[in-house]
Amino acid sequence: MCDSCGCNVTPGNKHLAYKPVKNGASAVSVLKKLLAHNDDQAAHNRTHFDARSILTINLMSSPGSGKTALLEATIDALKDEFRLAVIEGDLETENDAARIRARGVPAYQITTGSACHLDAHMVHEALHYLDLSGVDILFIENVGNLVCPASFDLGQHRNVTLLSVTEGDDKPAKYPVMFRAADAVILSKVDLLPVLDDFDPARAEHCLRQLASTVPLLPLSARKEQGMAAWYHWLRQELAAQRARVQDGATVKPHLQPEGVRLHAHAGV
Amino acid sequence: MHELSVCQALVTQVIEIAQENSAREVLMITLHIGPLSGVEPALLVSAFPLAAAGTLAASAQLVIESQPLRVHCQTCGADTEATANRLLCGICGDYHTQLISGDELLLANLELMT
Repeated sequence: MCDSCGCNVTPGNKHLAYKPVKNGASAVSVLKKLLAHNDDQAAHNRTHFDARSILTINLMSSPGSGKTALLEATIDALKDEFRLAVIEGDLETENDAARIRARGVPAYQITTGSACHLDAHMVHEALHYLDLSGVDILFIENVGNLVCPASFDLGQHRNVTLLSVTEGDDKPAKYPVMFRAADAVILSKVDLLPVLDDFDPARAEHCLRQLASTVPLLPLSARKEQGMAAWYHWLRQELAAQRARVQDGATVKPHLQPEGVRLHAHAGV
Repeated sequence: MHELSVCQALVTQVIEIAQENSAREVLMITLHIGPLSGVEPALLVSAFPLAAAGTLAASAQLVIESQPLRVHCQTCGADTEATANRLLCGICGDYHTQLISGDELLLANLELMT
């Protein structure tokens, strides 16, 4: 959605443009996204990434589902093929950034204090401390939280949401906003499935499809190196697609938003 | 609890618009919030006074109009009602659907004392 072309106007809110004015008061029809300031900063960040031909991926999940372990394995496998960089988001500590740096990849740690999510301004600030020259893929590891991070565009091109098999297989049904926002869902720690009798991967996929999500579901174990080839394949494909877009002067947001724009615009006619 | 961040963004926008219209006070703020916006209306209402304190919007009434969840089916073409964790077509049951409404997080309307 934008604030200029009228695509914010849907059949449900059209009447507001003609609201009568009371005595002494005046009504102003606005129809602006509440997070417009964040979205402006996110667009600025995205332009910054596109200018350097960088693919930026936002990793989201519950705390402890294996985001950092996934990054460690990915770095070990791909660091000779691509130049990688990582922005880490946590409430406190440099621990995760230290784990990434130990593998020879530049990392900047955002400590949010008590904030439960990253926003576009925090990521912009972090970019000042991170040398992005020559970087192919930038990972942003969001604060472990299945609620708030889904609401804030950071300027990323793709969202990846992890669901570990030590959680409930109905997580997509419980946290629909988060799982709808994913461009790929990773089922992590699948090496533990034989010892867990209450997680059914088919049920997890069923809950995901109930959200009208057609995105790839990638079962893997970063620690035991199972299923990692499909993840690397997805990354290579996304990087190739990003480079092709940059060649054409185009960009992309996580898949949810552009479709929304088109349909909202449609409905507004 | 990102509702406070959302409220701060809301108050910033409201004050900008109030100043553009040379308003003395903001009387009413109407928001459109869908069930898939990721924001909880009740928490917004409790966070609002904190974010609005000391501004032109300090005593404004915050009105939240919740929006229906509706999907468009790409397979059969029907537009139907859905629920937050079951966004399938209400007619043919297919999951190749797209949201028509229900993810709004919009500042819809202001009433200003000018």
